[in-house]
Formats: sequence, C-alpha cells, structure tokens
Amino acid sequence: MRPVLRIPEWCKVAAKVVPIAALLLAGAIARPSSSQAGSQLERYLSPIEMVMSPHGRRLFVVCEGTDEVRVVDTQSARVVASVPVGHEPRGIVASSDGRQLYVTNSWTDNVSVIDAATLKVTATLRTGAEPTGIVLDRSGQMLYVANRLSDDISVIDVKTGHEIKRLLAGRGASYLALSPDGKWIYGTHIYPNAGTFQAQPKSEITVIDTARQVVVARRPLVNAAGVFHVALSADGKLGVATQLRPKNLIPLAHVEHGWVFGDSLSLFGADIDGTVQIPIDELDRYYSRPWGVAITPDKSRIFVTTSGSDSVSVIGVPKLMASVRARGHSITNDLSASADYVEARMPVGREPRGLLFSPDARRLYVVNRLDDNISVIDTNRNKVISTIDLGGPKTVNALRRGERTFYKSDYAFQGQFGCANCHLDATIDGLQWDLEPDGFGKDIVDNRLLEELSGTEPFKWNGGNPDLPTECGPRVEKYFFRSQSYSPEELTDLVTFVFSLRYRPNRERLPNGELTPAQERGKAIFERTKYKNKKAIPEGNQCAFCHNGPKYTNRQQLDVGTGKPTDRSPLIDVPQLSNVVYSGPFLHDGSAQSLEEIWTVFNPKDKHGVTNDLTKDELNDLIEYLKTL
Amino acid sequence: MKPRICVFALLLCLAASVAAVSQEMPMFRWENFTTANGLPNDHVFCVLVDDARVWVGTEDGLALYESGAWKVFRPKDGLAHQAVLSLALDHRTGDLWVGTMGGLSRVSAGRIDTFTQLNSGLSNDIVYGVGVQGDFVWTATAAGASRRNTRTGQWALFNERNTPMYEIWTYAVSPAEDKVYYAVWGGGVLEYDTKTEHWKDYNDPDGETEMVLMKDQGLIHEITTSVSYVDKILWVATYFGASRYDGRYWHNFLQKDSGLPSNFMSQVKGVDGDRAWFSTDKGLAYYDGANWAVYRPALDTHKPEMLVRDADGHVTSVPVETAPAHNYVLAVDFQGDDLWVATAKGLSHGIRVQTATHAAKAGAAVSKTN
Repeated sequence: MRPVLRIPEWCKVAAKVVPIAALLLAGAIARPSSSQAGSQLERYLSPIEMVMSPHGRRLFVVCEGTDEVRVVDTQSARVVASVPVGHEPRGIVASSDGRQLYVTNSWTDNVSVIDAATLKVTATLRTGAEPTGIVLDRSGQMLYVANRLSDDISVIDVKTGHEIKRLLAGRGASYLALSPDGKWIYGTHIYPNAGTFQAQPKSEITVIDTARQVVVARRPLVNAAGVFHVALSADGKLGVATQLRPKNLIPLAHVEHGWVFGDSLSLFGADIDGTVQIPIDELDRYYSRPWGVAITPDKSRIFVTTSGSDSVSVIGVPKLMASVRARGHSITNDLSASADYVEARMPVGREPRGLLFSPDARRLYVVNRLDDNISVIDTNRNKVISTIDLGGPKTVNALRRGERTFYKSDYAFQGQFGCANCHLDATIDGLQWDLEPDGFGKDIVDNRLLEELSGTEPFKWNGGNPDLPTECGPRVEKYFFRSQSYSPEELTDLVTFVFSLRYRPNRERLPNGELTPAQERGKAIFERTKYKNKKAIPEGNQCAFCHNGPKYTNRQQLDVGTGKPTDRSPLIDVPQLSNVVYSGPFLHDGSAQSLEEIWTVFNPKDKHGVTNDLTKDELNDLIEYLKTL
Repeated sequence: MKPRICVFALLLCLAASVAAVSQEMPMFRWENFTTANGLPNDHVFCVLVDDARVWVGTEDGLALYESGAWKVFRPKDGLAHQAVLSLALDHRTGDLWVGTMGGLSRVSAGRIDTFTQLNSGLSNDIVYGVGVQGDFVWTATAAGASRRNTRTGQWALFNERNTPMYEIWTYAVSPAEDKVYYAVWGGGVLEYDTKTEHWKDYNDPDGETEMVLMKDQGLIHEITTSVSYVDKILWVATYFGASRYDGRYWHNFLQKDSGLPSNFMSQVKGVDGDRAWFSTDKGLAYYDGANWAVYRPALDTHKPEMLVRDADGHVTSVPVETAPAHNYVLAVDFQGDDLWVATAKGLSHGIRVQTATHAAKAGAAVSKTN
C-alpha cells in the first residue's frame, strides 16, 4: 500500500516564512529571543485529569500548568470555582461519597486534600517523589499514590495522614486503578524496568492486594515501554492498559518499513488468557501515544485518548475478543488487526489526556491538555457534541505553540510519533536507540534529559550538532520523521519550548540546601586535584575540570574511554550533570545501568576521572554528591 | 524410713521430675526434604518462614515451598548467585531480601532486582547476613556492614574506619527497633544504637581464643556466627559456646555445663528473653530458660534421638521415631508451633506433636484469651 502523507495546516503558514527559516537553519538565530517567545508570562491551564461528582453535576479538573483544580458545572458547562493546590498537580481521586478530593502535586511531593463542599484544601499529605496516579481503597481508609521518580507506591492512612509504607512498583510508577470489587489495585509505569544493555524493554502491571497492602503479582508486559492509564471493566474481568511498543534496537530506517512505536493496549483479566497486547494503529496511519482509557459500564466499548494524534479511538469489545480469539497472540504486531475492532476515530482537541463517562455513560468527557478545554462526546453517536472552555488564556504564545509542536505526532511519516514519544512528558524514555541509518548496532545512543539545555551546546552524544535548531531541525527531519519537518517558525517555537523546560526539584538535596556529610565528602572527591598519594591528577582526569560551570559541562568533546567499537568516534560530548540521577541508564549509549557502573565497570584506566584509587566508601560518597547536582 | 527406701523414693521423684521436664519440652515429628523430593540442593544455609510459604537458601538456588510444591530461583532468573546464604523478610511490603555469594537480591512478587558492589553501594558481594528494619536493609558482608535506605536508595557502609570493627568479616545481623546487632567473625559483637547512631563493641574479656578464663563476665568468644536480639535480650552464637546478655549481665553456655550438644554453633535464634534455639554441628538444641532439649540423628547410630537435660543436669532420652535430616544444623525458623530447620544434608520440617502437657497449656492459653 502506498503510504499517504498528510499535509498539515501549518504548511500553508510555513510557506510565508521561508526567508526566516533560511536564517534560522544557517544558525543565525541559535536561540530564541524574548520577542520570539512572545508573552511568555501567560500561564496556560494544561488540564490533564479530572473526576466527577457522584451525581455528575461537577467536574473537577486538575490543571497542571496553573497549579489548581478548576470546578466545572456540567449543566451550564462553566467554570464555577478554582482551588489552588501544590506545584504541578497530576492526579486526582474522589472519595466514594464525593466529599473529599485528593490531588497529587508532582513537584512538591504531596497530596492536597480538598473538601468538595467548601472547596478548601484541608490537609496536605506527604508522598514519595513525583506523585502521579492516585486511588482510594473501597473503605476510604487507604490512599495509594504512584510515585514516578521514586518508582514506588505510597500507602497513606487517610485518618492519620501518614504514609505507612511504600511498595516497590515499576520504574516511573504513574497510574493506578482499583478493581470494582475493591480487592486489587493495578499499577502501571512509564519507563521500562532496568534490564541488560540492548535487551527488549520490560514493563509490568503491578498488582496490589488491598487487604494486605502488598504487591502480590507483576504481570509482565514484554517489549512495552511507556505504559500509561489502566482501567477495569465493571465486572472486573477485563483490564486494559494503554502503552507504547518501541522498536528501539534497530535503526530508524525502519520508519518507512513499519512502525517505530506501536501504539497498543495490553488486555488482561479473566476475559483474557494471560496478557494480550493489541495494536490500535492502522497500516498507513498511526494513532500515537494512547494515554487515557475507559470501558463502558456494559463492557461493549473501550474509549482511548491518543494524545499525539489529537483523537479518541473507539474499540468494540465483542469484535476485539473475537479477533483475539481468532488471531491469538500473533495480533501483537499486526497493524491490520485494528480493522477488526476499531469502530470509530474521533478528532478532539490538542493532546487529549484524561477521560471519563457521565454517570449514565451517555457522555464522555475528554480533557484536551494543550487547548485548555474539554471535549464532550455523545457516546451513542461517537461524536463531539460540545466543548467546555476551562478559561485559559486566549492568546497562544511561542511557548505554547512550541509545546504543541513537541507533543504532536503529525510531522513524522504516517503520523507515527512526535518528540514526546521519546521524551515522555518532556523527560526521557529510559531506552537506548539505534538512530542512524548506518547499519545495525552502530552509534547506539541513550536518551538524555531536556531540562535547562540552554548553555550546554553542542548537542548530540558526540557534539555533532552545534545548536538546538540543528538538533531539532535537520536531524529530526532526516533521521526521525522521514517526512515534512517543521516550518522555520515552528522550529523556533519548538526550540523556545525545549529551552523553557526547567529542572525538576532535586530530591537528593537537603531541604536547607546543605549537603549531608557523605555528600560533602563526595564533593571533595569530585573537586580533588590530587591522588590520595598527593600526586597531581592531570587536569583532563579531574571530575570538575570537564564537568564545570553551572551545568557541569565544559562543552568539549573528549575521549574518556567510554566509546565503544561500534561508535564512529571515541569522542563523547561532555554531558551536563544536573539531575543526572534521574536519567538512567548512563553513559552515551546507556551501557551503565547505574552511576556506580560508570566507574566500577567502564573506567578501568582512569580515563573518565581518577576513581580507581577510591575505596568503596569513597566511591559511594562521590555518587551521593553526584546525585545532588 | 529406712535409708534404702529413701534413696529409692528419691530416685522415683527424680525420674518423675525428668519425665515431667520431658513432657514440657517441645516434641516434633520430622519430615525431611532433600533433592529426592524437590529441594534443589541438600546443602541448606538458611530458611525463612513467610506465613504458609517457606523460603530456603541452598548451595544451588533459592527455593520456595508453597502448597506442597517447590519453585527454584537461580541466576538465570535474576538471582545474584546460586549460593544463598541469608534471608530476610520485609513484613510491611512482603519483599524478600536474599544474601548470596554474589550480591544482594530483592524478590518482590516474582520480580528480582540485584545489588552488587559493582552496580550499587553494597560493600561486598558475599552477603552472609541480611535484616530489615523499617526503611533500612542491613547486610553483613565479607567487607563490613552495608545499609540501604529503601526509600532514598542511599547506602551507608560501616567498617573499620567508622566503627570499632577491627575485623570486617561480618557474619550475621539482627536488627530491631532500637538496636542493630552484628556478629563479627573474629571481632565479637557490634551494637548500633538507632537513636544515637553510635556503635559499641562487645568482646571476649579474657581475650583467649579457645579458653574461657572468666565465665559470665562477657561475650564467650570473638568468633561470633550469629546474633539474635529479642525482647531486649541479646543471644550470641560462637564457635566456642553461646552467650546471653540482658544489657547488664552476661551468661555463657558451654557444652560442659549446659545442654548444648556442641560449642560450635552456626546460629542462635531467640524466641523471647528466656527461650532460644541453637543450631550446632551436633544437633539442634532448645533452651527454655532452665531445661534443654536436643534433636538429632544420634551421632553413633544415626537413629532419631531427643535428649532432655533438666535444670539439675539430669539427662534423659525421649523415645522418638523421627529426627532432623542431619545433625549439622545451620539455621532454624518458626512456623507457629512448627519448626523449619536448615541442615548440611537437607531441610527439615518439625511438626509439633501435641503432648498432654502442651495440649493443656494450649487450652489454658485459649481460655485465658477468651
């Protein structure tokens, strides 16, 4: 089948700004100016999740961008109130009587408890690092909170407000769902679990027994990396999780030959024998980054938001079951299979995330993160019947435009993926990629954080790209998207957005900014200029010589002995170290699974800093310090 | 009363009292597991009971006994090493921590993550002992003690540089709420106070390696193999006798003046402040605060044997039909009234036999709780 290229609307705009593009691509404007950024002080709501009051009269919408919960009257379709919460709220759950709301604040590591009647925050509960998904057990006594950065699930006693324990989850623990009978909680995670170098990514659905509050099972999701929401059918027999299936171990030349990211669902539960993964893409059109999922109460249909494709897919459950039974597990990579069971695709707003049904299931509400509104869908007709404006800014500035470009998947061949596929929620994906069309297994590269990139040029693991417009422009066009790339204006906006990404809070530092004794000792090792025998260490082998300045990089390309025979050059661009602890695995190709391995395994000749004269205690101290950067 | 009659009466009383003591001591019917019935290897280093499940560390893998079936985990399943030396359960989360000859593994609902000295802050890959205390996992390794904070991922190492540990070969650890005790092989016992974060060491006061010059004056010997801290009582096993310490007074147990079948011990496990089980190279011993019992295949005939020694030192042999798999015992754990015992040649399940005395006691306990 001949692939169909969609020509996005922006192409018409692009034609008008070609001269500007020429300047940009020539590097005349390496960084966006303040005028290009426009009114950057606008705060967009970026609504991401919501819950509904028991009778369906109110929607409580978590607005990540403005640190609040907006309250919508569903009858009038108007915002009636706003409740300030913590920084970067991300998840919400309501008590069964609707009197209490619990909102996770991902950057302040806590949960805001809101009285739904007075709309006041009545308490704040501590959690692990970067709390995201949240559920309440059936008794209303225990909160379970998925912590994305500490890879665990907090169990919080609602009565005392104390976290009583943490359960080991998958890496990047993110979303939770309670079974209808209240016995089980199912958890997902957005980064693959640690494994061996260049192995297929492994994820899991973590199953918690709510009676004992322990993890009792981990359902393996083979070759899944990036698992998002999970939902259970009303009878508890069918579980559905949205996920990505990456092909990261083979060159991206395969963009034209087949999918780079499969957009799929994992099905589990009594209705399914084991766990079955099913694609939702089509042969020549992809429905990128399935995120939210909901199953109708009668289990007839599954609704899935595809956040990179600005749409909702509707899957017929009886047809799906018939297809799974007929095709078996071979369905996993068969892009033709979706024709069996996808009943409708509905365009909604930009970057749809959370979704939920009205109490009678006749309406489906879909929150559009990058439009600051909610699409209301008639579930019988599979049609958007109205849009609820949440009251965000009416102007669209460069940051917002850039963010939309970052999250949109239309630019890639057949709409396969966008920047946000690898940089999940503008972070990483925990994967190593074979990006270049130079043969299998060459120049493997690990994904890096995008935080505070300004001033860390050049880019690319070997410093091959002098600036971010080059990194995001020609490189993306040539190697990633295999399609039309960005217009010059879009590229500038995209760079503006990427450069705007701030450091997330570093949880390794003490609240008062001081260092622990171990971190202090590690700092001294990091900054030392002499061996323990007092002999001078050559400058190039001192940690702080290369990793210097505010972002801990001298922006040079050096051979530190970590290049591999499969790399075209042993020269590695000195990476910035800020928040490095959150970017594992490590080294340019992700071959070090932990910070320790950088020196215990990959530094036999002390070329990557002098560390072989350190005792185990001292190496531990060095790592404790690096984690604070 | 004639003297001859008096002696006879005395002997009768003595026999009656020994018989009473015998009735008091726990009796078991032993079921033994070897490679013949599912155990991956007969050399069993450790055993841990998790409700109805039993985890067993052997020389060739970690074995789980559940619902009458065995499941085995080896390095191909993600385990750090096939030789499993120590086990500890995090009762809050259900996670199992496994000390091996090649690192520390965490088994969490089937998922195994491994920490080694190359990929983590673990001080050494030979993990003789492991224990869980709140958010901390303590390990006893061949190069000092390591502590991992499971919430933050931070490691702390304790060795000759920051503790009184003059030997760094730590052999076992027993964490409790307020204290953590280490058996340091050749270095006595180390105590960590969780409130003050200070370390203190306990050593053999006479300094003699093989002689006890000052009994009950301190730790019996420097070559410690096991510690057990329960009810604020410290029990210590060494290669040359056992010790009990209540925070003020020490009491030493030797083969020659107690019911211990041997001074050579691999483990002591306290039930409470008065009662403890001792794993020796000549059988499993139980001490109830006054009396002793030994369970083993007889050293000469290898027939099942149970010996009871009362507080006065009188020993009687209780007729039994079964015994633990071997008299070289390395570890023990409790499953209600039952025991699970690791030996050099197999695993043993001691199923408590309901003697009349035991049944009466159990009945009294039930009526008291009612």
